[in-house]
Amino acid sequence: MAQNKLDIKAEAKNLNFFYADGTKALKNVSLPVYENKITALIGPSGCGKSTFLRCFNRMHDLYPGNRYDGQILLHPDNTNVLAKGVDPIEVRMRISMVFQKPNPFPKSIYENVAYGLRVRGERSKSAVDDKVEEALKGASLWNEVKNRLQDLAFNLSGGQQQRLCIARALATDPEIMLFDEPTSALDPIATVNIEELMSGLKNKLSILVVTHNMQQAARISDYTAYMYLGEMIEFDATDKIFTNPSKKETEDYITGKFG
Amino acid sequence: MMKENMSNSEESLIKPKTLEEVRAMIKSHKRNDFIFSSIGLLTIIFALLTLLILFVDLVMDGYPKLNYEFFTDFPSRRAAHAGILSAWVGSSLIMLVTFVTAVPMGVATGVYLEEYAPKNWFTDIIEINVTNLAGVPSIIYGLLALGLFVYTFHLGQTIVTAGLTLGLLMLPIVIVSTREAIRSIPVAIREAAYAVGATKWQVMLHHVIQYSFGGILTGIIIGMARALGETAPIITVGALTFIAFLPPAPLTSVPPFISFEWLQSGFTVLPIQMFSWLSRPEHAFHINAAAAGAVIIMLTLLMNGTAIWLRYRIRKNIKW
Repeated sequence: MAQNKLDIKAEAKNLNFFYADGTKALKNVSLPVYENKITALIGPSGCGKSTFLRCFNRMHDLYPGNRYDGQILLHPDNTNVLAKGVDPIEVRMRISMVFQKPNPFPKSIYENVAYGLRVRGERSKSAVDDKVEEALKGASLWNEVKNRLQDLAFNLSGGQQQRLCIARALATDPEIMLFDEPTSALDPIATVNIEELMSGLKNKLSILVVTHNMQQAARISDYTAYMYLGEMIEFDATDKIFTNPSKKETEDYITGKFG
Repeated sequence: MMKENMSNSEESLIKPKTLEEVRAMIKSHKRNDFIFSSIGLLTIIFALLTLLILFVDLVMDGYPKLNYEFFTDFPSRRAAHAGILSAWVGSSLIMLVTFVTAVPMGVATGVYLEEYAPKNWFTDIIEINVTNLAGVPSIIYGLLALGLFVYTFHLGQTIVTAGLTLGLLMLPIVIVSTREAIRSIPVAIREAAYAVGATKWQVMLHHVIQYSFGGILTGIIIGMARALGETAPIITVGALTFIAFLPPAPLTSVPPFISFEWLQSGFTVLPIQMFSWLSRPEHAFHINAAAAGAVIIMLTLLMNGTAIWLRYRIRKNIKW
């Protein structure tokens, strides 16, 4: 594998995760996230891919009783984002997230995008204006909303709302962006828009995306990881996974024998 | 032979229906819809009619007194000159104390219980207690207030005591409605806020409290409307029935322009004024009582109406 040629932005090492009820949802999972690449997580429902994704920005900390065991190292500073001493807020400032269903705040389009900056204490109106414009352009939404930035975000269509959520996640210049099945609630045209957007975004940051749609993983990702029952079965370049997987289980899933 | 038997028996279990039969079946099902909605409509009409008759009756009885002087006159031995000035001023000032004490405490408690409190046996007990408090008879609050505010804290039989008493009464309503309102905010919205790096307090301040504001406000106003009509706890803490003076004004002409002397004043409230008139033998006072009753109902309706309007206004922009 071309591992040594590429920079690793983040890597999970022997990660185990336990939900509050004791369920072991991740079993010894390891995965590199390459810089400026899209890494896709695929696998059948309940295989732990979303659980794994939500470890990267410590989303599980919001619910008491969840427990991590293992490391997710964030480079270049080698911070273990799961360490007790590392504040989850700090992690979320560096790693942003886009969710399955568009979840804009019931505020204006402008305020939705500006919220991350507000949280960071940005007071300068012009600086926030610039950043909002930049983020909306980055999410290919600027032309559609530039004349109605004060409109409620709910007035946008589903696909526009999801791009707004991407703009919101983008406005704070994250190092990694996590996507949790970002197109599963969208129609095919909106899906294409989001996929093109993601491919463009990887010039700026590293992307980790969970998808239940194998074609989507094949279309947009550079690397693909196949997970099953909380375990990482196989990780490789996307071409390799889809044309010549080394594991029997991966091949069975890819060819639709189950899943 | 065997096969034939089987298919015969299957046919006898579920016969395919003709189109006429299907239509007849749908018709009979729809009849149930009609019966249920008719019963529902009748009960609503009955409930509304009762309220309407009560209200119209009060207004008609009290009509001769429902004029400007009624609101600007003190109570008097002569029914024709008796008004509700001290009662409505007393009610307003007490509501002010109630609002200022119960709302911040109730909202803060609701937010804490819903968002911050760990889930353990202790918070379970608090939760059960809060829910039960909403159902405690108001006279019990009166007795509690008498023992606590009047005898222990020596606050006297004053506006501040009455306000705090009604505040206690209103507290569980505010807490429960705050929690309900917060619970209706989808998890996805909170996660969205946390995901951009907001702290818990920021999520509360910028999102949870703002989006649940309509529901919280509704709870506050409904609680206030209930407190406005309460009589029993107010009698227990020593409301007077005949007051021919006003409490000292909260705003004064000399610096610092704000006075809190009124808190220490004796008081009466609308329902007590009504009750005291009603207990008089002269018919003329009963007219005054009816007029006061009409005023209370109008105030309550006005408050509930405001609650509905505000909720509509605030929620118009929020669709989950």
